[in-house]
Amino acid sequence: MSTETVTAAAPAIQTYGILAAFKNAGDLLHAAEKVRDAGYAKFDAHSPFPIHGMDQAMGLRRSIVGYCAGISAFLLGSFGFWLQWWTSSVDYPLIIAGKPFNSYPAYVVVTFGLTVLGAALGALLSMLILNRLPQPFHGLFYSKQFEKFSDDGFFISIEAGDAKFSETETVRFLESIGGTNVEVVRGE
Amino acid sequence: MKTLRRRADASAATATMPWVDAPLVSGTPSFGSITEDISRVAERPTTITWLASLGLVGSFALVLLISIGWLFYEGTGIWGINVPTAWGWAIVNFVWWVGIGHAGTLISAILFLFRQKWRTAINRFAEAMTIFAVICALIFPGIHVGRVWVVYWMFPLPNQMLMWPNFRSPLLWDVFAVSIYFTVSLLFWYTGLIPDLATLRDRATGKIRRAILGILSMGWRGGNRQWQHYELAYLILAGVSTPLVLSVHSVVSTDFAVSMIPGWHTTIFPPYFVAGAIFSGFAMVLTLAIIVRKLFHLEDYFTINHLEKMNIIMLVTGMMVGYAYSCEFFIAWYSGNVYETFAFVNRATGQYAWAYWTMVLCNVISPQVFWFKNLRRNIVVMFIASIFINIGMWFERFVIVITLSQDFLPSSWDYYSPTLWDILTYVGSFGLFFSLFLLFCKFVPVVAMAEVKGVLPEADPHHGGSH
Repeated sequence: MSTETVTAAAPAIQTYGILAAFKNAGDLLHAAEKVRDAGYAKFDAHSPFPIHGMDQAMGLRRSIVGYCAGISAFLLGSFGFWLQWWTSSVDYPLIIAGKPFNSYPAYVVVTFGLTVLGAALGALLSMLILNRLPQPFHGLFYSKQFEKFSDDGFFISIEAGDAKFSETETVRFLESIGGTNVEVVRGE
Repeated sequence: MKTLRRRADASAATATMPWVDAPLVSGTPSFGSITEDISRVAERPTTITWLASLGLVGSFALVLLISIGWLFYEGTGIWGINVPTAWGWAIVNFVWWVGIGHAGTLISAILFLFRQKWRTAINRFAEAMTIFAVICALIFPGIHVGRVWVVYWMFPLPNQMLMWPNFRSPLLWDVFAVSIYFTVSLLFWYTGLIPDLATLRDRATGKIRRAILGILSMGWRGGNRQWQHYELAYLILAGVSTPLVLSVHSVVSTDFAVSMIPGWHTTIFPPYFVAGAIFSGFAMVLTLAIIVRKLFHLEDYFTINHLEKMNIIMLVTGMMVGYAYSCEFFIAWYSGNVYETFAFVNRATGQYAWAYWTMVLCNVISPQVFWFKNLRRNIVVMFIASIFINIGMWFERFVIVITLSQDFLPSSWDYYSPTLWDILTYVGSFGLFFSLFLLFCKFVPVVAMAEVKGVLPEADPHHGGSH
């Protein structure tokens, strides 16, 4: 009985993926192109700042954040106009300065403000959702060298879940395209 | 010696050719040195100077708290306001603080869309200043309402009276405009902070510090799959903040312009207020930038070229404000309206003429020094000018608001003067502003590291012909 409990509590070491360092932004861009051409799908290129042209190099489609922001802006803006119309004309009609109940020119300001707010919230929230943030835990954080990505490091990571992933082949491949410090990232 | 000479020649050449951009970061920056220079400020142990400063400004913030407490207990009678001058310092301070809060978004949004890369050095801290200024601004109308316990009536919340706010009132537009401005500025600022918080997280040594920064940076991994969405979201936030820069102070100006008060009821108010807001906002950014670059040794990031560019913007917006002052006078005369004419002649020659001419001196005359290149690159001159402009812009709002003191009924005319509590509340708001600013400087990277790295020549993947 007691042995079983111990086995259950013992941390199971699993492999998360392979990480390789590159020298600079240009090398990372070329490496990403090669990884893409080699047929890997679940990989990423980590850098301290966004690199121009990396989306094409990785073969990514355009982000849909813009559509999400647009839809959210439209919804919140329309809600704003509806709210002003409904409160001033239906639920609590009050004659003010002899104006019609639905004095829509006066509603422009609040409608505009809420449209902007909708766009901002939509952009931020869709960005977070698409990036799966907040995500305090990720296997890559087991790598010590990965900490450099937010300073001056450039890395390619290939996830263990990729169809082409192989601990030996992928390491060899990353070394062949100029990766240094190639590391199999393992953790609990 | 020869190299020095050549460098001096080169900088002289750049100086005479404003279209040739000077380097955005001076010295010999690398990605690593940027991380080190900026993170160091947020990581160094608490110094006595910092604690003493926080204690000092914190006690002023306490003065604000006490003033507000006394106001809640006693009522708005503790202020100098009366009828007809029902809007006293509270509204002057509100408009002044909101105006200051405009530079941050101008720098972070409009200059981003215009690809003015020099903004990267100052945007983080200008945005922080915006947020703190808007916090100070929001306090004043909030406490000016008198019965603060029903302040929620300002918002369209279902309530037991089955009543709704009046959406035709500019005062309600203002509630929306300023609170949305605050929310969007905060979202924009935080979005920009995520990669930099990740940098601090990865450098953190203590377990608790690492955990806190880990939560705040949300697990940022800097992968291009994240940057891709992040960059677009940032662009959209910049795009939607841009009309806000123009709209918020326009809406604030409608508080005045939609009324029927002579001197307020003019169509020039929205553009005039927006120009004034950017003018005063840049003055405050400059005041703080000069102090921060000195205190935290960030002269390589907030370079003299940045400061010069801000001075040029102040010169331009100062001229716009000066033009608005004269245009108001022209229209007052040209309209042939006796009330309008009286209001303006009274401003310049009446009992508040001292305030009017202080305003003209500070806002119209003082920025003229920036016509001269050696003066607009002189730290002492620009610091003094920025203080003058901050003062002048406060007086501008004061001059506008005390137009109320001489209304349509001469029997109610009086000389408005503030009480001690008016002054303490205003001084206290500085305490709050600087307390927040000191906390920001201590804990948050004051320069957007990821963005500055992105504008270095090495950040271009084609740098050095590698592509």
